[in-house]
Amino acid sequence: MTSMDTQTRFRTGAVDMTHGGGGRAMTELIKDLFHRHLKNPILDQGHDAAVFDAPPGRLVMSTDAHVISPLFFPGGDIGALSVHGTLNDIAMAGAKPLSLTASFILEEGFPLADLERIVMSMARTAREAGVPVVSGDTKVVEKGKGDGVFITTAGVGVLPEGVTISPAAAKPGQAVLLSGTIGDHGVAILSKRENLEFETELRSDSAALHGLVADMIAAVPGIAVLRDPTRGGLATALNEIAHASGAGVLLQEEAIPVAPDVEGACELLGLDPLYVANEGKLVCICEAADAGRLLEVMRSHPLGRQAARIGEIVEDPDHMVIMQTAFGGARVVDWLSGEQLPRIC
Amino acid sequence: MKYIREFRDGNLAQKLAKAIRQEADPDRRYHLMEFCGGHTHAIFRYGVQDLVPENVEYVHGPGCPVCVLPVRRLDDAVELALTQNVILTTYGDMMRVPGTKQKSLIRAKAEGADIRMVYSTQDALKIARENPDRQVVFFAIGFETTTPPTAVAILQARAEGLRNFSVFCNHVLTPPAIAHIVNAPSEPGEDPVRIDGFLGPSHVSSVIGWASYEPAARDFRKPVVIAGFEPLDVMQSTLMLIRQINEGRHVVENQYTRVVTKEGNRKAQALAAEVLELRKVFEWRGLGYVPDSALRIREAFAEFDAEKRFALSPKESREVKSCECPAILRGVKKPTECKLFGTVCTPDNPMGACMVSSEGACAAYWTYGRKREAVLAAKGAAA
Repeated sequence: MTSMDTQTRFRTGAVDMTHGGGGRAMTELIKDLFHRHLKNPILDQGHDAAVFDAPPGRLVMSTDAHVISPLFFPGGDIGALSVHGTLNDIAMAGAKPLSLTASFILEEGFPLADLERIVMSMARTAREAGVPVVSGDTKVVEKGKGDGVFITTAGVGVLPEGVTISPAAAKPGQAVLLSGTIGDHGVAILSKRENLEFETELRSDSAALHGLVADMIAAVPGIAVLRDPTRGGLATALNEIAHASGAGVLLQEEAIPVAPDVEGACELLGLDPLYVANEGKLVCICEAADAGRLLEVMRSHPLGRQAARIGEIVEDPDHMVIMQTAFGGARVVDWLSGEQLPRIC
Repeated sequence: MKYIREFRDGNLAQKLAKAIRQEADPDRRYHLMEFCGGHTHAIFRYGVQDLVPENVEYVHGPGCPVCVLPVRRLDDAVELALTQNVILTTYGDMMRVPGTKQKSLIRAKAEGADIRMVYSTQDALKIARENPDRQVVFFAIGFETTTPPTAVAILQARAEGLRNFSVFCNHVLTPPAIAHIVNAPSEPGEDPVRIDGFLGPSHVSSVIGWASYEPAARDFRKPVVIAGFEPLDVMQSTLMLIRQINEGRHVVENQYTRVVTKEGNRKAQALAAEVLELRKVFEWRGLGYVPDSALRIREAFAEFDAEKRFALSPKESREVKSCECPAILRGVKKPTECKLFGTVCTPDNPMGACMVSSEGACAAYWTYGRKREAVLAAKGAAA
């Protein structure tokens, strides 16, 4: 049971070096904050390592480190994001996620109330996804050596039989589908950055995609490629696919859905939405004959309502991504170099 | 936000393309220099070149503020940041430009210099207010568009008594650059640059007014059309230029009427004039020493002049050998004619400024233009 003392400390206190020191303060933090919110039978075993039965079939494993500023943003926070990140990496292999681990690097002085808010958000997100956090770890670094909280999650999933999804599997003639609008997450984050704040109704699209993926695989088990276009945006995801498969990609700019707020913000800041991060979207490459059926399935799922066919895989020994512009010309959609920066002139 | 797609409408583009085809004389070539990096960017990002006839050629101009800054001034900024314990604030585009021996601000930062990217002079002032015990220098670069904000920052700093704020002033002016390009003798072994007309500066003209280019148009008998940065602006301006060339006229015309007036922004001009004055001569990358082409801080504001506040050592600044940035900035060479382009020099490992800045011609060629034809040909989809 949580004592009144601990609850008061969580409301007003801050992380200090003793929370990582291995003593009573650390044990209390783990028990009263992490375990209390993330509670599940495997975590409750109290081992350093989670013990559970392995399901039949091939296993999928992934890990994802999360650093973000600000920690809380419209449509999410680092807690929910760290769950979505790993769930989506597992889902992009076509697998059903089973369990997660989480490790936290906390900066001395970080408010415990904010930490609790983050852990509660993680717990809620994991519960909604039906995937428990079964093991974890906490370290504390001195003030100035971190940025509040860094969270690394890892996860295990199981692959349905007959599914072989891989970025190398893209072949000329196949269709490129996208599950919805691009750039929402990146622009929502930018809108809250210090020195750059601007008014927008826009929210991050941060979401767990394994439900959508399960529906898609049930309809078309032979999907060739799935990818979530996170950091670096759609352009980066497609360049990675082109590079891995040795084919080219031909995009139709007009077909790519972009929310008006994202378009406006990108215009003002001199950014290209193709390179802005997403946290709840996927790119799917499939046989052209399956595209119609898959789009139907995607559009009937809440996370794929604006799904669209945005292009095709083509022969190209240089494996480039080319886009036919709405304006009537064509351009290369290249890898991003460095960061996108606003123009001066 | 409204009025974005309206300026990128594919149907209107096709109509303009048809008008340009009808106007352009197939028996001659049109060499049109787009002055600004913003124009270069629009041409490549939207594929404007695909929509104009083959004999209409865009020659990329020097209007990329990062590109024209000479290495010596960048080396000075690196020295300020590394040895004077200042907080150097800079526009982000400047961070990756290589200085002498490839030393960029981003490398200096990795070595421990306190360099912070800002979006405006107001951010730099804020940093100065928040760090009263540190010297904060704003690395001011850019054409007449960015000049008024620099002047305002200095006036604000004086009004607030911000003694720890100063400006390393590198502002340059567009009309002398245009005159220099048309007038300059070609380098030994170089063909003289052939320009039939200019797509004139866009945002710059909103500050200084289109009349500023009348002497250049008159004296050098070259038409100038002030052109907006949207792809439809570029196409309409192209049509207007071709008409002037065909009719043998050479005046300044204003396509960008929704923003630019004849006189420009008088208030902004007055602010800049209050704080800044002409330099007798200033070095440009590519153009060399151009008289009356840059601004410095007036004596009355000397306390905010980083060049006076800090002792900068003389240096042997050097660009990367065989980098063709200078010739590219003059419009004499195309990026693809540089030996380093795409081999040694890419946006991930830039040898010259033109490959760094999003407004640089090499970056635009590399990012949007590379190997495009091959894929389109394979697809049979070329416009």
